[in-house]
Amino acid sequence: MSSEHIERLFDLLKLVEGYIYPNDLEVHWSILVVVYPYLTGLVAGAFILASLVKVFNVKELQGVYRLSLLTALAFLLVAPLPLLLHLGHPERSFEIFLNPNFASAMAMFGFVYAWYLMVVLLLEIWFTYRKDLVHAARTETGPMKWIHSAISLFSHDVSDRAIEFDRKMVKAITIIGIPSAFLLHGYVGFIFGSIKANPWWSSVLMPIVFLFSAIVSGIALVIILYMIITPLRGEKIDMKALDTMASYLFYAVIIDFSLEMLDFVHRLYESEESIQILSEMVANKLFISLVVLQVLLGMVIPLATMVLIRLMRFNDELRRLLYFISVILIQLGIFATRWNVVIGGQMFSKSFRGLTTYKMDVMGWEGLLMTLGLLMLPLLLLAVLLKLFPAWEVPPNRVAGEAT
Amino acid sequence: MERRRFVKKLVTLLAPGGVLGSIVLGRRARAEQPPAAEHYYGMGIQIDKCIGCGRCVEACKDENDVPREPFFFRTWVERYEIRRDGEVNVTNIDPALDQQMEWEGDKRTIRSFFVPKLCNQCDNPPCVQVCPVGATFMTKEGVILVDDQRCIGCRYCIQACPYGARYMHPVTETADKCTFCYHRINKGLLPACVEVCPSQARIFGDTRRKASPLTRFKRMNKLHVLKPFLNTEPKVLYADLDGEVR
Repeated sequence: MSSEHIERLFDLLKLVEGYIYPNDLEVHWSILVVVYPYLTGLVAGAFILASLVKVFNVKELQGVYRLSLLTALAFLLVAPLPLLLHLGHPERSFEIFLNPNFASAMAMFGFVYAWYLMVVLLLEIWFTYRKDLVHAARTETGPMKWIHSAISLFSHDVSDRAIEFDRKMVKAITIIGIPSAFLLHGYVGFIFGSIKANPWWSSVLMPIVFLFSAIVSGIALVIILYMIITPLRGEKIDMKALDTMASYLFYAVIIDFSLEMLDFVHRLYESEESIQILSEMVANKLFISLVVLQVLLGMVIPLATMVLIRLMRFNDELRRLLYFISVILIQLGIFATRWNVVIGGQMFSKSFRGLTTYKMDVMGWEGLLMTLGLLMLPLLLLAVLLKLFPAWEVPPNRVAGEAT
Repeated sequence: MERRRFVKKLVTLLAPGGVLGSIVLGRRARAEQPPAAEHYYGMGIQIDKCIGCGRCVEACKDENDVPREPFFFRTWVERYEIRRDGEVNVTNIDPALDQQMEWEGDKRTIRSFFVPKLCNQCDNPPCVQVCPVGATFMTKEGVILVDDQRCIGCRYCIQACPYGARYMHPVTETADKCTFCYHRINKGLLPACVEVCPSQARIFGDTRRKASPLTRFKRMNKLHVLKPFLNTEPKVLYADLDGEVR
């Protein structure tokens, strides 16, 4: 930490309202720790959308199955980065693997993450793509041939038995994958929910709220990507797929919204020691990010829009527009949700008598530019992944054959 | 017949659960046994004796190289001023800020007092529980320490401490906190804050000794701990603690 950092803390000191414990001045978990649960939420959500196809046989979504999987992978690869950058000693991060304290929720990160990446996502993608990879390696020339055959681990068996085995494996992995995705993000919620010192976090609902907001954000993201990428490829958007995704999104938003309202009403009704300072915080510090962004723009308006779409018979063009606006708003709302949990939980002092402020840097390791970079990086990765593992070029009739 | 099958199933389900449970409980039971050390330390704080001079804060910063800035403290002193209408004003008495002059006690003040704060050296410490790499631990003498060679700087312990007793050290970039002056007490000396207190508001000692200033303090006073509902089992005990103190 530099003298600049100390100066910034002195500036913050002037903005303190009420009495805070002196060590509570600094908001220790910064914007990067907001990005982390946001990214893992997108992973879990995108994966659960993909699982709808394989486990619940939702045929309409076959066209976005591969896109969802690759999206999950791209975001999962970036998810640990913000955490790593945030550590005081990133060079010691491996201690979490070598020397974990099994009583610590955070120590389980390495295991949950590794399980999800290695056992679930990579395996499912490999088995899903193996046939295509073998096929590509046979027909292509040049470096792509080598890359594809290397990724397929030099397998070349495309007999019916082998394909059938791939199919079974994908289904099995998806079945393991759903609870794993729940674990991945529910566990992130537990990191916050299990801190009894912090009344804003300490709630048994936290993992469940995290989970459903994850599903909401994941589905919304795949819809955004699908609606942007499809016209870019010169293809038409499949309205059936879009309506189906939007309908799952609709139900997920309703559950998420209900859970958040339940949490809100429960807090107000119980009216514990912390209620006064939390109300002050919401009214003064989190009004824009919680009331306006998270609830109004991120939930109420998209929900109302989707109800409208279901009630009225809009044409495809208008439906697409309304869907697109809704999913963008939802995405914004979920980011605000993560912000309100992580930053909100540190704005009030544990003296319950005062509030501090969070001022985001623009430059620096924990600044705005880094955050934007970390949010763009998965999209770049996804572009590369889409080059390596084409999600589209398989003709629809062949895909339909695979779906069963 | 049905019932027998049900019982059988129940047993097969419960058996692994029981094994897991006993492992967990066994670990906990072991952790709860008093460690076999010569000493087990605690501190008593007599609020009515504290005059708010802040010498403990200065001594602590000197002794332990705590940064001087008014947002890094291993120990600090709060001044409470409670008005007739119930309004509570709390200030951090920091000798570095030279703010004693601001005191404006008047007829509206119904009672006022100072509360020295420090790490409560909990027997059920949330900070030790959450540390992902075990860098925060309890010594056999019951003192919670941070190994700054192992701490990865994730700050989870700072979030988990209900008392705001931890801070991020700006030089080592690791979590830092009160150690009861571990380097001093191991030589038979008192912690710096206790040593310099002119009114003996802080009493340090072995919680197991039959005759000691701490034992006497525990015998002669009605005691309280901070935030007892969180079940952290603090070893810093307060006498004359007001209900407004958090």
